[in-house]
Amino acid sequence: MLQTPARADQAAAPLLEVRRITKAFGGLVALQDVSFVIWPGQIKGLIGPNGAGKTTLFNLITGILPPLSGDIRYRGRSTIGLPQYQIAGLGIARTFQNVQIFAGMTVLENVLVGLHRHMRSGLLDAAIRSGRSRREEQAAHKRARALLEEFDLLDRADEPAESLPFGLQRVLEVARALATAPSLLLLDEPGAGLSGAEKGRLTDRIRKIRDDGVTVFLVEHDMELMMGLADEVAALDQTMLIAEGPPAAIQNDPAVIAAYLGEEERGDAS
Amino acid sequence: MRPALAGVRPAATAVAPGGQWRATSSRWLFAAVGVMVVALVLLGRRHGFGLVEYLQFLVDGLQAGAIYALVALGFVAVHRVTGVINFAQGAFVMLGPMVTITLLGQLGPLPLGLRLVLAGILASLLTAAVGMAVYRLALHPARNASLLTRIMITVGVYVVLQGAALLIWGPRAYVLPAFSTLQMVDRSFLVGDVLIKAQTLWIWGVTTLVVVLLALFFERTVLGKAMRACAADRLAARLVGVRVDTMATVAFALAAVLGAIAGIVFGPLTRPAFDMGLETGLKGFVAAVMGGLVSFQGAVLGALILGVLETLWAGVTLAGFKDLFAFVVLIVLLLIRPHGFAGSEQEAEGP
Amino acid sequence: MRGRLSGSTVGFLIAAALVLAIGWLEGTRPGGVSLPRLTAGLLTLDLLIRAGVFTIILVGLNLLMGYAGQVSLGQAAFYGLGAFFSAILTVKARNIGIPDVVAGAWWWAWVVMVVGAVIIGALSYLIGWAILRLRGHYLAMATLGLGIAVFIILRENLGLPRLNLTGGFDGVVGIPRLRIGAYLVWPVHRYFMLVWAVALSTIALGLNLVRSRIGRALRAIHGSELAAESLAVAAPRYKAQILAISAALAALAGSLYAHFQAAVVPATFGFVPSLQLVLMSAVGGMASIWGAPFGALAVLLLEELLRTKLAVIFPGVKGEFEAVAFGLLLVLVLLFWPRGLTGRTPGPLRRPAAAKG
Repeated sequence: MLQTPARADQAAAPLLEVRRITKAFGGLVALQDVSFVIWPGQIKGLIGPNGAGKTTLFNLITGILPPLSGDIRYRGRSTIGLPQYQIAGLGIARTFQNVQIFAGMTVLENVLVGLHRHMRSGLLDAAIRSGRSRREEQAAHKRARALLEEFDLLDRADEPAESLPFGLQRVLEVARALATAPSLLLLDEPGAGLSGAEKGRLTDRIRKIRDDGVTVFLVEHDMELMMGLADEVAALDQTMLIAEGPPAAIQNDPAVIAAYLGEEERGDAS
Repeated sequence: MRPALAGVRPAATAVAPGGQWRATSSRWLFAAVGVMVVALVLLGRRHGFGLVEYLQFLVDGLQAGAIYALVALGFVAVHRVTGVINFAQGAFVMLGPMVTITLLGQLGPLPLGLRLVLAGILASLLTAAVGMAVYRLALHPARNASLLTRIMITVGVYVVLQGAALLIWGPRAYVLPAFSTLQMVDRSFLVGDVLIKAQTLWIWGVTTLVVVLLALFFERTVLGKAMRACAADRLAARLVGVRVDTMATVAFALAAVLGAIAGIVFGPLTRPAFDMGLETGLKGFVAAVMGGLVSFQGAVLGALILGVLETLWAGVTLAGFKDLFAFVVLIVLLLIRPHGFAGSEQEAEGP
Repeated sequence: MRGRLSGSTVGFLIAAALVLAIGWLEGTRPGGVSLPRLTAGLLTLDLLIRAGVFTIILVGLNLLMGYAGQVSLGQAAFYGLGAFFSAILTVKARNIGIPDVVAGAWWWAWVVMVVGAVIIGALSYLIGWAILRLRGHYLAMATLGLGIAVFIILRENLGLPRLNLTGGFDGVVGIPRLRIGAYLVWPVHRYFMLVWAVALSTIALGLNLVRSRIGRALRAIHGSELAAESLAVAAPRYKAQILAISAALAALAGSLYAHFQAAVVPATFGFVPSLQLVLMSAVGGMASIWGAPFGALAVLLLEELLRTKLAVIFPGVKGEFEAVAFGLLLVLVLLFWPRGLTGRTPGPLRRPAAAKG
């Protein structure tokens, strides 16, 4: 089912390989024998009806859950069995479907946590407020503010994160994830709950992220958004991968249409 | 057609999310129990224990286990309906016998046997009332607070109840007459070389009766089913008209009665005092954890196992270390398999 | 940020000035004036020293519960382990083969104090990796169980009656006073200043930690451990580290307590004292470092008031009412005042903002 990627400038090796992943919860199968590849510099999309296993796939890639069988390789190295924070440390960042901002912390502080892995000062430095920790903090604050500015959040930097409207919370999550300077960014339904104008801004932002060198893998229900953005799309239905290829091909794929016909008839938002 | 899995989230577990996700099968739990039994028996060999001694341990262990089972059921009932771990449960265990003893002297010229029965019933009802008051006054106002706050509130309630007991009854130990002889000294039977006290038979009988009645209550009565609905899904229960806070009040009353009964049947074997609730309460809690805090059968099974193992342990170790066993079990249990004998799908987490 | 920094500096200056003033007052007692006389018997050096000891524990506990959001219902165990470590190694040194020339030296007690804190901290770090995987009420139960288990072991003489290390129910007596060379850190006003010097340093340490990247990581873990880990924050490591710090601080406090009371008994470190610490934390404000001294002082003063005034209202009642009052206080504070004196939303008591499911 694997088709050649649409973008010409792929590197020689894939960034992420999902190989024959199977996942079950007790007796309930979530994913069956799913395989696909993400190339560096791509915007790869994942579509599928509710319950097809999309968020589970994200959770498997980021190490929250272990697969029943199969392998996931990042830059050629298997990530199975690694704890989530270690996988994130390798350069995979993500946002969450149910926004997981840090309540009780300001917008700026949320982004600062994203910069955590780039700072070195430890307990001792913290305890004595060493020169190194002070310098690092200054640099981090600068970088965090720059990021917030890119996402038009700078004027709300010192507000509590939970006071942001939902749409902005999602933007904050993206900014925070980008602060880790990832090579691969997983976006879980970034367009959910956004207005038309906001979706346009989102599209521009995601393109810019890719142009800055970050590979993007996103799950999205909004077909227009997805098809306009992605270089290549993988389609899941009922736990299996049913199609993979450029957006145009996917839109006309009979299996995909059949899977989505039911959703359209039910009048699901899109 | 495969059933829809709505954007499957990682299952709510007792373990923090991250790379530590690991489901230890309950086979390991049984294996651990087996290992402990073997170890204790081996230790017992050094003391020269033979079959008779082990049978005696079994009998004594099952007696203690029955008490723990009653207490554990109280924990499970409250947890399933409200999600709270009710620390005050131990206080109910204490209130049962203490109030019974006080009432014994107040019931006039009736024969002692009748007085004992009446006092026991009244004491249980009174304890139930205390339980309901605890929910209404301390927990219902906190229903929007975090789970941990509510647990700590029950801890505070325990301290209040024990302190009140100290004020009312003082620090001395009292006497509850054995049910069979209505005196301090009990009748006992010799089965082979194993000594079985009459009170032990009472304990087994009462516990079995209570467990059966409880099962019937939850299976057959409307109230019981409403409570189970609450435990399964609070929102759904509300939507079909079940009043959740009424159910919670009932759960607390039920837990209080269970605790009181446990304390009353246990009373003649110990010297009831204001602080008798802490130990028994904690051990009942450990037993409840073995049932994952959600499974009645698991709790009873866990209680019996705990009782027997603890008695075996007490037989081979220094006196003061007896109580340590339950806590070691608790810690090991939490580390290996926090949901004990219950299936992992039944993990109940409070709101 | 600048404003907050000055606020704390001012706080420190005031606190240091108060400590020095009280120390001088009690040391010289000009014209018979003393602290107890000035405060109608309410404030004594004894109470202030205990408040200082608790402050040290509470800074660690607030970091653990308020910031990192990890519940501990057994913190008194670390406190007790530190106290007994100091007691045993200074009083019973002979029983375990330490030569008198070492055990009698002035620096020995200090070394023991520091080593004890380090060892207990290190052990807690290891335990932390295992135990801090648990969440919410499971963690609470585990810490409760551990606390009681430690208490039982201490009470039962570590199971080694022949060595008689912890002295069973009666504990250890005859713990020597601390000395620096020839200077004896006694009478009590000198010890008061020592304890509060340590307490204020601990507060400074806590404040520094909280404002650092580590503090941020802890708050992130508390806010959403899932999200924190997705940002490469090694949650298990940080949780274990903060447990270790809180344990080491509690052990240090225990040692200071031991040299103050000159005697330690296991009963001081059981289930109820652990709860008392939680209460102090809640009253002062769990997610606040400055909440530590305020919480300790407030609760101790309240208990003192109850003890002295209650006897007037209810003659013959004595200490029995304390238990009821303490329990009531805990319940009432949790119900109506979870933010405590410093008004900061308490750690694990805050409803998680990000909804589940």
